[in-house]
Amino acid sequence: MIIPYEQDYYPPSNNPVIYVGRSFLKVVRHAGRGLLMVFEAFLFLPLILRSRDEVARQMFLAGIKSFGVTTVVALFTGMILALQSGLILRDYGQEMRVGTLVTEAMCREMGPIMTALILSASVGSAIAAQLGTMAVSEEIAALEVMSINPVRFLVMPRLAAMMVMCPVLTIYTDFIGIVGGGAVASSQLNVSWGLYYENVLFMLGLKEIWIGILKSWVFAIIIVGISCYEGLSATKGAIGVGIATRSSVVISFLLVLISGYFLTRLFY
Amino acid sequence: MMIQFKGVHKYLFGQHILKGIDLEIKSGETFVILGPTGTGKSVTLRHIVGLHVPDSGEVFVDGMDVGRLRGRRLEKLRSRFGVLFQSGALLNWMNIKDNVALPLREAKRLKEDLVEEKVENVLSTLGLREHWFKMPGEISGGMKKRAGLARAIVTDPELILYDEPTSGLDPIMSRKIDELIVSLKNRLHITSVVVTHDLISAFNIADRIALLNDGRVEECCSVEEFKKSENKYVREFIAAQTAGS
Repeated sequence: MIIPYEQDYYPPSNNPVIYVGRSFLKVVRHAGRGLLMVFEAFLFLPLILRSRDEVARQMFLAGIKSFGVTTVVALFTGMILALQSGLILRDYGQEMRVGTLVTEAMCREMGPIMTALILSASVGSAIAAQLGTMAVSEEIAALEVMSINPVRFLVMPRLAAMMVMCPVLTIYTDFIGIVGGGAVASSQLNVSWGLYYENVLFMLGLKEIWIGILKSWVFAIIIVGISCYEGLSATKGAIGVGIATRSSVVISFLLVLISGYFLTRLFY
Repeated sequence: MMIQFKGVHKYLFGQHILKGIDLEIKSGETFVILGPTGTGKSVTLRHIVGLHVPDSGEVFVDGMDVGRLRGRRLEKLRSRFGVLFQSGALLNWMNIKDNVALPLREAKRLKEDLVEEKVENVLSTLGLREHWFKMPGEISGGMKKRAGLARAIVTDPELILYDEPTSGLDPIMSRKIDELIVSLKNRLHITSVVVTHDLISAFNIADRIALLNDGRVEECCSVEEFKKSENKYVREFIAAQTAGS
């Protein structure tokens, strides 16, 4: 039982040293339990065929339902990138290079990070709210009593679905962003589609794509891990579900950005 | 299935909820745990299935110390239980039939034709056969309780735990639930532990009653003895419920 039904309790204290110490211990304890839950979910991945219907349902919710918002965000991210960089490059007569810059920025950073932020805000918050509601309405306890492991039944299908759909959406975001950049380049910067396309292909290497996919895998694990853990450990009714949902989005955002920086440092 | 509580103490959120519970529930009997809200009835029930572990004392089920069981051994013990939670605890993305079939498919891993047969039988017994396709959000509180009960008994448990089976129900539906509990006991000869604050329900279904007061067992006896009890708190509890009804 990774998520305890009995929450940690310490009597209130006004001593700042005690307060800081307890807060630190709380963070460490939650991080440890969250990591153990993700590890357990990975151990259950060989049983994925048993949960294939749920995995498909989660893939639909995480992926297909996110295509709309991803399209708009990716398109405008590419367009903003092309416009801002293109205007600066034009001062140096290098606006034809805008395709290189947009491709580089989208594939290396913006694609994976924008997709992860969209998914943590839309899918992660929904997971935390759903599992949180289940926790406070005794559905998780009911699963335990029926000898159904909540990590296998609820966390593993979400993890598997997100690990497939996050890279798919990231590649889609990269593509739409590059297309958006091309639209701005041809309409605002007088760079032809052909020239833009040439620059895109010149810059686009397998390394960029693979690192983008690797980043999106890490982000998928972070989003599912945080949102499932926060949801499963929700207590105190509707207020607890609200707190779990908010925490899942805030912590996912922070960890996506921090891990994004360290992954970039690792590979470039 | 015999259950024993030996000096069980429990703290939750800094509060001393159970203050030394000693109980013995015999095999085959319907045991009712009575008491006003906040006296630790549900916490007592949760100790039996290992959802809570005592801070001190022990809970034995068929001689096994539940607080010390982990992993497969705990799962094996739990597979002999059926639990009806207060809200029914149905999964809201599954219809009634899939909810009832859940422990058979996911825990018992039975073949689909056997699952269908067992689920059909249980739904018929509880009058839910025509409503199998409905989602939990589309049914009444009484129907949710019956669906929860169907899920609890579909695995042919040796022990059924009921957490406030009649709370939030109208008197007619409450009596129907009582009848169901009695008929299940008579038909299947299973041990039942019922947590409730509904005195009428307790008198209808119980073989023995324990009254909790502030985390302690105030009285534990048969229904007849309970009705005649001279214990001041028992008299107060009965008087308050009679005045309220």
